[in-house]
Amino acid sequence: MILKPFVFTLALLTGGLAFTSSIHAAESVSILNVSYDPTRELYQEFNAAFAKHWQAKTGQAIKILQSHGGSSKQARAVIDGLEADVVTLALAYDIDAISEKAGLLPANWQSRLPNNSAPYLSTIVFLVRKGNPKGIKDWDDLVKPGISVITPNPKTSGAARWNYLAAWGYALKQSGGDETKARDFVSRLFKNVPVLDSGARGATTTFAERGIGDVLINWENEILLSTKGSGKDKFDIIVPPLSILAEPTVSLVDKIVDKRGTRQAAQAYLEYLYSEEGQEIAGKNYYRPQLQSVAAKYAATFPKVELFTLKEFFGDWQKAHKTHFADDGTFDQIYLKGAK
Amino acid sequence: MSLVLKQPSVLPGFGLTLGFALFYFSLIVLIPLSGLFVKTTTLTWEQFWHTVTEPRAMASYQLTFGASFLGALINGFFGSVVAWVLVRYRFPGRAIVDALVDLPFALPTAVAGIALTAIYSSNGWIGRYLETLGLKVAFTPLGVLVALTFIGLPFVVRTVQPVLQDLDMEVEEAATTLGANRWQTFRAVIVPEVWPALLTGMAMAFARSVGEYGSVIFIAGNMPLKSEITPLLIMTKLEQYDYAGATALGVVMLVVSFVLALMINFIQWWSGRRHTVR
Repeated sequence: MILKPFVFTLALLTGGLAFTSSIHAAESVSILNVSYDPTRELYQEFNAAFAKHWQAKTGQAIKILQSHGGSSKQARAVIDGLEADVVTLALAYDIDAISEKAGLLPANWQSRLPNNSAPYLSTIVFLVRKGNPKGIKDWDDLVKPGISVITPNPKTSGAARWNYLAAWGYALKQSGGDETKARDFVSRLFKNVPVLDSGARGATTTFAERGIGDVLINWENEILLSTKGSGKDKFDIIVPPLSILAEPTVSLVDKIVDKRGTRQAAQAYLEYLYSEEGQEIAGKNYYRPQLQSVAAKYAATFPKVELFTLKEFFGDWQKAHKTHFADDGTFDQIYLKGAK
Repeated sequence: MSLVLKQPSVLPGFGLTLGFALFYFSLIVLIPLSGLFVKTTTLTWEQFWHTVTEPRAMASYQLTFGASFLGALINGFFGSVVAWVLVRYRFPGRAIVDALVDLPFALPTAVAGIALTAIYSSNGWIGRYLETLGLKVAFTPLGVLVALTFIGLPFVVRTVQPVLQDLDMEVEEAATTLGANRWQTFRAVIVPEVWPALLTGMAMAFARSVGEYGSVIFIAGNMPLKSEITPLLIMTKLEQYDYAGATALGVVMLVVSFVLALMINFIQWWSGRRHTVR
């Protein structure tokens, strides 16, 4: 009985959707950008700008749909059949997975666009309570007893993997490359973690709304965003002297664009990210632009940090994942050892 | 069976309906679930065994099944009280309370999880007072129990309620006139009547809790070995593109749930039979 109106609405909705999409296909093109959580605001602005640019250039109307979620969850959706024309994810590992598991794009995808297919950059910084009552300045301060640290679960969150590797890399650099010391440092860090949220936004909520923890480790862009508006009087940003260079990567999904006939538009969409306007929008949304001219303009937003790359300490994502985040990797060992 | 077959019915024949039922059941339940088993065959026995018995998995079973069971017990008691109050007494706002019972059914579980976390975390309305008593709810296994109790409540109330409704007051009056005291009436008249429905309700609450993900994830804290439920572990495996490992855990949950469901069905049948024989 209750189901009836529900089924009716559903039928109406699906029917309606099919109807509108068939109309659109005739006179315009639509592409789907499957992205991760914190890029929502960035792509809202970028999509509008690109649509204008495309219309001016080709006279064709373009509709860009965006989908957001945890980075690996999004990759899995694409593997399982979500028809993404482009993917713009948190780490190269997730796009590698699409190539490897579903064969939707070639293995050398990362060399197809400039800067390792990372149109914008970010890093990992800290957010603390206003006035920094615990005096947190550097990674070392996070492992002190009595400091409560919020970071999501590296098994489920892309951001958390960057956090983990940033801490690991810091310890390596401090100890002159001693892996045992790095492992010890990261285990002590995770002893101070009371909650492991499954994603970056969840961790921000735990810290900001639930009032848990003295410091939140997260994407620079996410932290800059959360100190905008009402967060301004509640939190301070702490930029550690050393952190990791995070490269969120983008790619065309070849099999899908060829099937849908959207290759041209999708390719132009990604290339436009590297244009002056695309870089401008990235900077405005707290992603570090790659283009020097735009980066100089936004220099005030992004403090100078010494950044190390993933390559420097971990080789590539496949290797980093295998050593640290796969089953029985260093992350698992931290918890299993603690229990024994 | 043969008796049923010969009986004429308003509905079309036995063959047609059974065929349809089987087809429908296969489409909706059997085929997807057998896919689960097929996928695990990509693992060797050793790999399967290693995946399902690693310490994190073992700890998660304990939490998932333990908290679900406790939650079902709590709901068994308090759910019956709620059902009793709703059936036996007339009070202002009763219809509203009655409608509220269904809320955990309808509410998206993520909403429930976030709301419970907000209330029970150390700066929440209830959490801050519990904290002064040294009790931490959000981000501990206790939080898992609270969430599972929340989502299980309607199952018990909605199965017990109609039975209580059918139970005439006169039966209790008769017991009293025959010399039974209050306790005897309750134990020998009301409980046997309600018992099978109560068991069903608790079984459903339990089953629902075992599979719950959305609400628990927000309140659990998700610490490995401490507050990690099995469904989260399955998600974790998926996030690492370990499909086979995820299905291995899924199979374990499926088998355990099925065995428990069978057991509960048996207990119901047994208690129902005992009741009718008397």
